[in-house]
Amino acid sequence: MNKRAAITTFHVWKNAGPSTIDKPTIEKEARAEEELDLPWQVVVHNDPVNLMSYVTMVFQRVFGYPREKAERHMLEVHHKGRSILWSGMRERGELYVQQLHGYLLLATLEKAG
Amino acid sequence: MEICRRNDEIEISELDPFLAELLRQIPASANPEGVPAAEERIFSPPTNGKETEICAEWKLYVEPELRRLFQTATQTVAADLEQLNGNENKFANRTLRIPSKHADAWLSALNQARLVIAAKYHFTDGELSDQFRSPIGSRRDLSLFQVNFYGFLQEFILRELGGWEQGPGSGD
Repeated sequence: MNKRAAITTFHVWKNAGPSTIDKPTIEKEARAEEELDLPWQVVVHNDPVNLMSYVTMVFQRVFGYPREKAERHMLEVHHKGRSILWSGMRERGELYVQQLHGYLLLATLEKAG
Repeated sequence: MEICRRNDEIEISELDPFLAELLRQIPASANPEGVPAAEERIFSPPTNGKETEICAEWKLYVEPELRRLFQTATQTVAADLEQLNGNENKFANRTLRIPSKHADAWLSALNQARLVIAAKYHFTDGELSDQFRSPIGSRRDLSLFQVNFYGFLQEFILRELGGWEQGPGSGD
């Protein structure tokens, strides 16, 4: 897997005259591995002890989801054993997992893909 | 036993000595020490095992925070439970009042106690969903009853919490 990727951006600089265009300058810029990695997913796993109403409340509080969406995820956890609650950058995902563990839910941070 | 919401409190009245004793056991039951399966459940890993760096940081920084968080919740519950330790007749029914601001601590401690007990006795999905199992004939049966009783309290607090979060006048 590409560990340290580079992206290429093209900047086209126009001259003062409307009809002449300079040769494009190619600027390479390296970005940190994390920025270009696949996103991370916050996964919640089924636990027969946690009450369904409790899990729904936790999803509403942690992710700010409306009740219907929180219930959909709760039912997915219940029936399929797991549900992806969120995906994005690692730091934020870690914070969500920490909050979910604070509510004693079984949650993991996983790389997408 | 009767349970109802009165203003900013949940009132559990007509608590017989048996149920009062089960409530008194919440803080001790929530403690996973000495039960490896419970420790593993309460402090479960934050990844599926592939991200060793995250797990190492978690152990170092996050786990102590979680321990403090859970301990604070059980301490709050233990302080509320002191209401049950009066000097009157020990066979008399008791009343317990839980302030609304302690609702989150109670939810946490009850959940923690249920998880620890379930891990300790390795209850199956079938046992946990059998709400009408009776009678209580062994320590294991009693523990399952305890898990269900704490679950009932959690459900009631959750219902009332919804009312409190929506604002005054939305409950009852």
